[in-house]
Amino acid sequence: MNPPSLPGSTQSAEPPEREQSPWGPERRLPESTPAADAATTRAQEARVPVDLGRRKSLNGEKLFRWLTTGSGAAVLVIIVAIAVFLIAKAIPAIQGDKVNFLTEKTWQVPDRVFGVAALAFGTVYTAVIALIIAVPVALGIALCLSHYAHRTVATTLGFVIDLLAAVPSIVFGLWGREYLIDPVRDLSAWLHKYFGWIPIFGSDGPYGKSILLGSLVLAIMILPIITALSREVFQQTPKMNEEAALALGATKWEMIRTAVLPYGRPGLIAATILGLGRALGETIALAMTLGGTFVISWDVVEVGGNTIAANIANHFGEADDFGRGALIASGLVLFAITLVVNVTARVIIYRRREFRSAL
Amino acid sequence: MAKRIEAVGVTAYYGTFKAIEDITMTIEPRSVTALIGPSGCGKSTFLRSINRMHEVLPGARVEGRLTLDGNDIYERNVDVTAVRRNIGMVFQRPNPFPTMSIFDNVVAGLKLNGVRKKSLLDDAAEKALKSANLWDEVKNRLGKPGAGLSGGQQQRLCIARTIAVQPAVVLMDEPCSALDPISTGAIEDLIFELKNEYTIIIVTHNMQQAARVSDRTAFFSISQTGDPGRLIEHDVTSKIFTNPREKRTEDYITGRFG
Ligand SMILES: Nc1ncnc2c1ncn2[C@@H]1O[C@H](COP(=O)(O)OP(=O)(O)O)[C@@H](O)[C@H]1O
Ligand SMILES: [Mg+2]
Repeated sequence: MNPPSLPGSTQSAEPPEREQSPWGPERRLPESTPAADAATTRAQEARVPVDLGRRKSLNGEKLFRWLTTGSGAAVLVIIVAIAVFLIAKAIPAIQGDKVNFLTEKTWQVPDRVFGVAALAFGTVYTAVIALIIAVPVALGIALCLSHYAHRTVATTLGFVIDLLAAVPSIVFGLWGREYLIDPVRDLSAWLHKYFGWIPIFGSDGPYGKSILLGSLVLAIMILPIITALSREVFQQTPKMNEEAALALGATKWEMIRTAVLPYGRPGLIAATILGLGRALGETIALAMTLGGTFVISWDVVEVGGNTIAANIANHFGEADDFGRGALIASGLVLFAITLVVNVTARVIIYRRREFRSAL
Repeated sequence: MAKRIEAVGVTAYYGTFKAIEDITMTIEPRSVTALIGPSGCGKSTFLRSINRMHEVLPGARVEGRLTLDGNDIYERNVDVTAVRRNIGMVFQRPNPFPTMSIFDNVVAGLKLNGVRKKSLLDDAAEKALKSANLWDEVKNRLGKPGAGLSGGQQQRLCIARTIAVQPAVVLMDEPCSALDPISTGAIEDLIFELKNEYTIIIVTHNMQQAARVSDRTAFFSISQTGDPGRLIEHDVTSKIFTNPREKRTEDYITGRFG
């Protein structure tokens, strides 16, 4: 920083030099100085033997283009090949099914009576319950990390939560069925006792491997990704918007509601959808913590619950070729569900684009 | 509405760094006071200590006494949010809430104060936008995003947002530095009108602007890098610009004008 007493020492709209040399230095460059002449001559000389060089990079360019096009095409081919294979496997199973594959609830492959209705319901239901548990917790933690906690605390806590994401899902599954199951039994009984009038807590037992247990484990598994993304989004809130809210007389929480949450909303939706995507596809942890029944029930505490992925994990080993086809067919339904969820998410985010693009 | 501000021995720190020292001045209601001085002399710091925005930064604190019509705004049991509602602020860069419509931006402060009734909000928005000379330009697109306006319009939107909560004082930190000359002119006209109702303090780097819009001018300076900024001279604007008491003020002002 310059000493302030010096005139014109700071950046100013009208520098004092302007008064002394109003046209600026470049005007005074004489056209006939030796240096300028020499430069002109050089330029004229240079103009004659134009050497633009050869396109040395041509081959590299070509190679690179082929490489990228090739990998792009390869991805497409692989995807198509997988799709063809899966559909080819699934068709005989669906044809051999004595009932409607989409509406049948049970899974009796030897009797040729099987369908995805209960499994698809369970997949979505379990994932949604997991989201309902995980999203508020994740938002709370993310806000705490981004706006409330002291820096060192925030870093440590953030690290611990990221660690959660590194735990393999089979470990979560084991932990859920060996340890979490007992507190969840108690919790189920408690929920039934006090909130039994709500249908989802209606069952009076037995409790144990239930949608509640599966969703809780699932919630813990998707917590890190939702937390990390929301935190990232919250931290990106422009400081000037936070200050604008505070200067209007907002408390910290009001500032967060006025500036941080609306700004982060598309990001939060994206984070939630990513969590949902993960929840829908989660296999082994749910295969270990859900009851594995084939009914459509809103009750979360009773023993039961199943998902498409868990059912595949539970039955693929013992299945014959036809049974595998049936499981693959259910996998295609799962794929369709995931697709619908993702497209919906994109539509939601897209609808806010008018405001996003104005940023 | 407009209120008097008195600063007595105001000193502000960023952590251990003392940014301004011992600022004592009185700012009269219904007047425009310009704060001028070289970069880094603490104009923004002083401005932000007036509405307690300074303490938002970690480690930042203020010593001394600052009163609004005699009420100490740094007293222990004072509600900071009430201080900030009474002393509004317009920032250097226009900062409308990016996700909000023009209308929602204007009434954001009212909503924070619990005003929910649509008719009240409508009236307040129209009044604030009219006061900010923006109504005619936006009345047909109140539902459109505020961030879609031009820079000058955004800044007037921010002024509307600030005055919608009917503060007593409006602080402006170089409100025109990011704007073109025409938008700057519009804001200067606006400041001239607003002073009938508000006490206005404006930080500006532009001498002509200070001369045009302000009744009184305060010159801040630092003796050398690392030293805290101090108030060198505070007087009627015409006096500061034609016949300053302090040599340093004269040097600064003449340095600009040659
Ligand atoms: N956030 C901050 N943290 C630390 N020092 C700061 C911060 N903001 C400003 N300062 C310092 O405080 C002094 C006064 O700054 P400021 O009030 O912004 O000056 P002005 O607005 O007059 O240009 C400067 O030395 C600046 O470097
Ligand atoms: Mg400044």
